[in-house]
Amino acid sequence: MDGLNALLDGMSAALTPMNLLYAFFGVLLGTAIGVLPGIGPAMAIALLLPLTYTLPVEQAIIMFAGLYYGGMYGGSTTSILLNTPGESASVMTAIEGNKMAKAGRGAAALSTAAIGSFVAGTIATFCLALLAPQVVKVAIQLGDPDYLAVMLFAFVAVTTVLGSSKIRGFASLGLGVWIGLIGIDPTSGQQRLTFGIDQLSDGIDVVVVAVAVFAMGEALWIAAHLRRAPARITPIKGRWMTREDLSRSWKPWLRGTVIGFPFGAIPAGGAEIPTFLSYISERKLSKKPEEFGHGAIEGVAGPEATNNASAAGSLVPLLTLGIPTTATAAVMILAFQTYGIQPGPRLFQDQGPLVWTLIASLLIGNAMLLLLNLPMAGLWAKLLLIPRPYLYAGILMFASLGAYAANGSPFDLWLLLFIGGLGFAMRRFGLPVVPLIVGLILAPRAEVFMRRALQISDGHLSGLVNTTFSKVVYVLIALLIVAPFIWSRVRGRRTPPEGPVGPSSPTTGADDARVHANTEGA
Amino acid sequence: MSDQVQKRGEGRSEYGVSLLLLALGIVAIVDALGLIERGARGFMTARTVPMFVGGLLILCAVLLAVDIARGGRGEQEEGEDVDLSGGADWRTVALLAAAFAFNAAFIDRLGWPITGAVMFFGSAYALGNRHYVRLAVISVALSLVTWYGFFLGLGVKLPAGLLDGIL
Repeated sequence: MDGLNALLDGMSAALTPMNLLYAFFGVLLGTAIGVLPGIGPAMAIALLLPLTYTLPVEQAIIMFAGLYYGGMYGGSTTSILLNTPGESASVMTAIEGNKMAKAGRGAAALSTAAIGSFVAGTIATFCLALLAPQVVKVAIQLGDPDYLAVMLFAFVAVTTVLGSSKIRGFASLGLGVWIGLIGIDPTSGQQRLTFGIDQLSDGIDVVVVAVAVFAMGEALWIAAHLRRAPARITPIKGRWMTREDLSRSWKPWLRGTVIGFPFGAIPAGGAEIPTFLSYISERKLSKKPEEFGHGAIEGVAGPEATNNASAAGSLVPLLTLGIPTTATAAVMILAFQTYGIQPGPRLFQDQGPLVWTLIASLLIGNAMLLLLNLPMAGLWAKLLLIPRPYLYAGILMFASLGAYAANGSPFDLWLLLFIGGLGFAMRRFGLPVVPLIVGLILAPRAEVFMRRALQISDGHLSGLVNTTFSKVVYVLIALLIVAPFIWSRVRGRRTPPEGPVGPSSPTTGADDARVHANTEGA
Repeated sequence: MSDQVQKRGEGRSEYGVSLLLLALGIVAIVDALGLIERGARGFMTARTVPMFVGGLLILCAVLLAVDIARGGRGEQEEGEDVDLSGGADWRTVALLAAAFAFNAAFIDRLGWPITGAVMFFGSAYALGNRHYVRLAVISVALSLVTWYGFFLGLGVKLPAGLLDGIL
């Protein structure tokens, strides 16, 4: 129960007026950013990284935590009222949520999403507080080969789980690792891939790359395909929450929490699969399955709870192992690193109070979000009317500020433009951006672990697999790569090839099914 | 995703990604060959990691090319403000890039209050804003506010350029 005691200490640290103010600022900004089209929490934190130059670490982290949770609340408002989800995690919410809004039950959809997010977020944050110290106990005993194995697992998981095309995921990972090579080789001190350019000898600042792929790439991509017709916002109508709504919602909330948290906690990234699982299980368990596709409240309650629970879950690998599995988690790591803090097992020893203040402020922020969102959803929806030229011009402006302020050199601005162009191309050709950023952050560290492991074994490759833990992880990696192929083989034998599947190469079972869920729901 | 059927013959540009990966892979390997070995033992030398990454990228390039040849297409990213029914609007993208490049080229000489304002004005114009006066006022105000905000709030002195001493 040491987790709970530490959490109480964290709570008292987080409850100072100043820290509450930053938490409030974070959730306020997070909600606004979640509602605004085109900006997600990852981009928002990337653009706010300059704040880390002056804010004390505690307050910056508290604010970013608020942003993280707030972005999801805002995101659900957008997907319910607009039916064009910005993030993959809210695709499932949009299906039923927008149907509800159109049927005049928008208020009920918004409240089941908000209360469900609150319930799931709170339970999952407590789970995080209980689980994280246990994971740390294991993680602290891990050696270099074990860490290398876990990082490789994260690479494979992030690339195979996200998106529909594995090869494009690996290509993106490769690009990130390649960028990570630039700079000075840590052991021999020689320059790698610097092409004699002075500014490259320290490597490319990860902050610049993050701002480039998340903000520049996104802004350029949207600019090229800007929807000229004004957005059609479904007005919020109906009663907020009836007794019947509540009785139909509470079980999906709890089930969503149970599905979401473990999926976030294993370093496999993304709320895409758990929200989908939640959606189909709610459809199966519902007493009124005929309502699905026409605005079933369970179809909003379940995935929305899952989404938040998995976000809390993804903080487990982030804080205990230093492994980011989502875009937002990756940018959060950058925030830690600008303070010279490396998330990982020692974080809980070295920075215990900071970690527990962070977890406590997640709970506080979550409660604030409920109060902020329920009564004010209509007001937030007004943000959807912001003129797009101002919005995207503003994103470009803050992107260049963030990149320039990092080193005060115009060279970074050119890099930003260049890598932003890469981000544009990745969006055009269906390369997911998360593997790139995860590869860029983790690969240099994986290299260090590999070198150390090999130094101990005097250069023998067996040094990479000489622990039980690492062997188990490598087996899991093999399974992760091979299983989808076997799965689709088996499915292919049982059922005749069905309808048009996505345009991309080998799809997993879940992807197949998702295509169907989408077409049925739409 | 399923209603977005790709037209045949449109796939040629997809090979560009494959070529990029191939080129980067080759660059990594060539660069690695230029590294000098110093007291390396066994499997791990200074060249190992970059060679491995280069090889991986080349492998990705080949597999991707195979996938494209077999009809695989990248799924274009969707979003709230994204309308994929038409083609890309290259004029807007080019204008945005130009506005951004202007800032990158002149920020040190002219100063952020000027280049930032020009960039904001140019970007919003590129994206279709035609309220010139209002836009100009907002642009100047934003660049001044951010300059003072970074200076007073964050202690980061953005270049003042021509306005040095006035601000």
